[in-house]
Amino acid sequence: MEQIRGTSLLVKALQEEGVDTIFGYPGGLVTDIFDELYHHDDIKVVLPRHEQALVHEADGYARSTGKVGVCLVTGGPGAANMVTGIATAYYDSVPLVCLSGQVASSLIGDDAFQEADIVGITRNICKHGVIVNDRKNLGRILKEAFYIARTGKPGPVLVDLPKNVMVELGSDEYPDKVNIRGYKPSTKVHIGQLKKAVDLLNTSQKPIFLIGGGVNIAGAQAELTKLVELTKIPVVTTMMGKGSIDTKHPYYLGNVGMHGNYAANMAVTECDLLFSIGTRFSDRVTSKISEFARNAKIVHIDIDSAAISKNIKVDIPIVADAKEAITAMLNYVNEHETTEWLQQLLSWQAAHPLTMQSNNGLTAKKVIDHINETCQDAIVVTDVGQHQMWTIQFLELNSNMQLLTSGGMGTMGYGFPAALGAKLGNEDKTVICISGDGGMQMNIQELATAVAEELPVIICLFNNSSLGMVRQVQTLFFEKNYSSICTRRRKSCPRKCSGTSEQCPPYSPDFVALAKAYGAEGIRVTTEGEIASAFQQALENTHAPTIIEFIIDKDDLVLPMVQGGKPLYEMILEH
Amino acid sequence: MEKRWLSLFVENDIGVLAKISGLFSGKAYNLESLTVGMTEDETVSRMTIRLISDDETFEQIKKQLNRCVEVIKVVDFTNTPIHMKELLFVKVRKCSKGDLDELFRIAEVFGVSITDYDKESVLMECVQTESKNNALISLLSSDFQSIEVVRGGSVAIESISITER
Ligand SMILES: Cc1ncc(C[n+]2csc(CCOP(=O)(O)OP(=O)(O)O)c2C)c(N)n1
Ligand SMILES: [Mg+2]
Repeated sequence: MEQIRGTSLLVKALQEEGVDTIFGYPGGLVTDIFDELYHHDDIKVVLPRHEQALVHEADGYARSTGKVGVCLVTGGPGAANMVTGIATAYYDSVPLVCLSGQVASSLIGDDAFQEADIVGITRNICKHGVIVNDRKNLGRILKEAFYIARTGKPGPVLVDLPKNVMVELGSDEYPDKVNIRGYKPSTKVHIGQLKKAVDLLNTSQKPIFLIGGGVNIAGAQAELTKLVELTKIPVVTTMMGKGSIDTKHPYYLGNVGMHGNYAANMAVTECDLLFSIGTRFSDRVTSKISEFARNAKIVHIDIDSAAISKNIKVDIPIVADAKEAITAMLNYVNEHETTEWLQQLLSWQAAHPLTMQSNNGLTAKKVIDHINETCQDAIVVTDVGQHQMWTIQFLELNSNMQLLTSGGMGTMGYGFPAALGAKLGNEDKTVICISGDGGMQMNIQELATAVAEELPVIICLFNNSSLGMVRQVQTLFFEKNYSSICTRRRKSCPRKCSGTSEQCPPYSPDFVALAKAYGAEGIRVTTEGEIASAFQQALENTHAPTIIEFIIDKDDLVLPMVQGGKPLYEMILEH
Repeated sequence: MEKRWLSLFVENDIGVLAKISGLFSGKAYNLESLTVGMTEDETVSRMTIRLISDDETFEQIKKQLNRCVEVIKVVDFTNTPIHMKELLFVKVRKCSKGDLDELFRIAEVFGVSITDYDKESVLMECVQTESKNNALISLLSSDFQSIEVVRGGSVAIESISITER
C-alpha cells in the first residue's frame, strides 16, 4: 500500500467516480487541493466568479447530465457563499458533492482566520454533511458522499476538509463499496400495493395522472408516455414535472397549481382518482389543502416516504422509484374508457385556454413561441419570476429537450449560472437561459465565466423594468402600491409612483453595453419583427454568450393565478 | 395532541445531537425532552425523546428522523412495554426544623434518597418515572418556600416482562 496525501486521494476519488469537470474557487484553505488538481489534465476545473453561482453551475450540470455535480471552495466566506446554492439543490433533489476547505483541526474552535462551521450552517439544507476529522476516514467519507448524493432521493452532500487532513499521508485506497447502516435507500416496488392502486384506476370514472419532478429525475419519461398511451388517462404536471411527457401529447393538459391552466386545475379538482407520481404536493401545487382533489381517492408514489401523507392524506401510499413503479404498472394496466371525462376536460380547455393578455406588441409569449418553432432540442433554463412562469406555461417540450428551473426555493440568480453548467455538460446542445432584469443581475458576473469558457449560451433577458412577479402581486392584491419593485427608480423619482412616464430615468445597467464589456454579445429587441434575426445572430455567435434583451411591458401578467390560501378552482383568469 | 416517546439509535459522532435537535427546531416540532448517552457499542448512542404531537405530525417526525443518515433505527416507545426513569434533583432551602423532619418523612414514603443536607437545606435525589417526579415536585413546591429543580429527562429501555413508565 502506497502512502499518499489527502489531496491525492481526493483526486483519485474524483477519477474513480468518473468526474471530469468540477467547479472550483480557490482560497487559503484549499491551496493544496488546487495545487494537486494543477497536475491532472483529466479533470477540468471551471472557475466561476462567485461561489453561489458556482453551486448553481454544478447544479445545472448535474440536472442536465444526471451526473453528480462537484463543487470545491475555500472555507469561511467561500463556504458561506455556497449556502443559497446548496439550499436550491436540496429542495429540487439535485445530486451534488460540495467540498469546502476548513482550518486545520487543531485550530477549529479558536475563531481562526476563515473558520466557519459550514457543516452546522448547512445542516438543515443538506442531504448529509460531514467534516473529515481523520485522514484515515477520507476515502470512506468521499465514497459515501457520492453514494448518498446520487442514490434514493438525490441531494447535496457537504464534505468539510480540514487543511491538515488534506496534506497528511495515508492509505491510497479508495473503497469500492459502501455500507452505511443508517442509509439503505430502497427503490423496489411493493407489488401488492401497486396492484391495489391499479385496481382503483380501473374502477375510476374520472382519473388523472399528476406527475412531479420525480419522474424527470428518475428518467421515466418514456415509461410514463407508454403508461398514458396504454391507459388513455389524461396527465397534468407540476412545474418540476413538466417535460415528463411531450407537451404536445393529446393526453397532456398542462400544469397545475398557482399558475396552472384552467383545465388542469379543474381536472384535479373534479377527478375521482388522483394518481400522483413523484411529487411532494407543495403548497404551490395544492393551494387550499381541504379543497384539493376534494372528490378524489389519492394514490401517491414517491421515493421519499417522508413526502407521503405529509401535506395531503393519501389512500394508497407507495414508496418507490418512479421508473420502477411505472415499469411495473405497465404489466397490470388496461385501456380505460374515459371519453366522457376527456370531453369535459376538452371543454374546460376550450373555455379558458392559456393566453397572454397584453396591450403591447412584444411579449414573452411571442419569444417563447419563436423558441417553440425553431429549437426542438434545446435545454431551457429559467430564472425566477414572471418570465419563469411564462416559460413554464408556454414552452413546448419534447423528449430531446429539458427544462431546468428552481422550483422548491425559487432562487433568483439561479438561471444564468445553471445554464452555463448545462452547457458545460452538453456542449452539442443549444442552451437557452430565460431571465429577468432582476434575477439576471443576481449573478451577472458569470458573463466572465461564460466568456472564459467560450460558452455560447443564449440569454433571453425579459426587461420589464421591474421585479415583475412582485409587482403583479401588488397590482392584484395591494391596490397598485408599487413598493420597491421599480428597477428604473432613482433618487430623483417621486416617493410614490404608479406608472411610467416620459420623464422616467433610463434603465441601468445598459445590458447590451454590459454584455459587450464582458466580451459577450448584446442585442436589444423592442418589436416582434426583430425576434427571429436576434436569435439568428445569437446562434452565429458560437464562442461567447449573447444577451438578447427583450423590452416588454411591465403590466403583462401571469394568468391564471390562484391567490395563496384560495382553492385551486378559484383562479383569477383575467385582469 | 398527545405525549409520545421515541428511542433512537444513532451514530456516536459529533454533530448528531445538533442534527436531531435542529430537525425539531427547523420544522417546528414540539420537543419536550431529549436524553442521549453511550451504549454497549461505542459507535452507537441512544436517545430517548419525549415530544407532543398529533398523529400525522408524529408519523412525519419518525419519517424525517429515519431519513437522517446518522440515524440507525427509530423505535416508537409510545405504546410498547418499557421501563422508563428520570433522574431528578430537588434542593429545598430555607427549611425550619419542622420542615426538615417533614422532608425526611416524604423521602421515606416516596422512595427518594436524601444525599446532602445542612441545618436549613436538603438535597433530594430521585430516580423515578416522570409522573412520580412531577408529583413530588408539586408536593414540594406547595409545601415549601424555596425549591430548586434539575431534571435529567427520561431514559427508557424495552421491558423483559413487566412495564414501568
Ligand atoms: C433571491 C431571491 N430574492 C427575492 C425573491 C422574491 N422574488 C421572486 S420573483 C421576484 C422578481 C423577479 O424579477 P425579475 O428577475 O425582473 O423577473 P420578472 O418577474 O420581472 O420576470 C422576486 C423579487 C426570490 N425569489 N429570490
Ligand atoms: Mg423584471
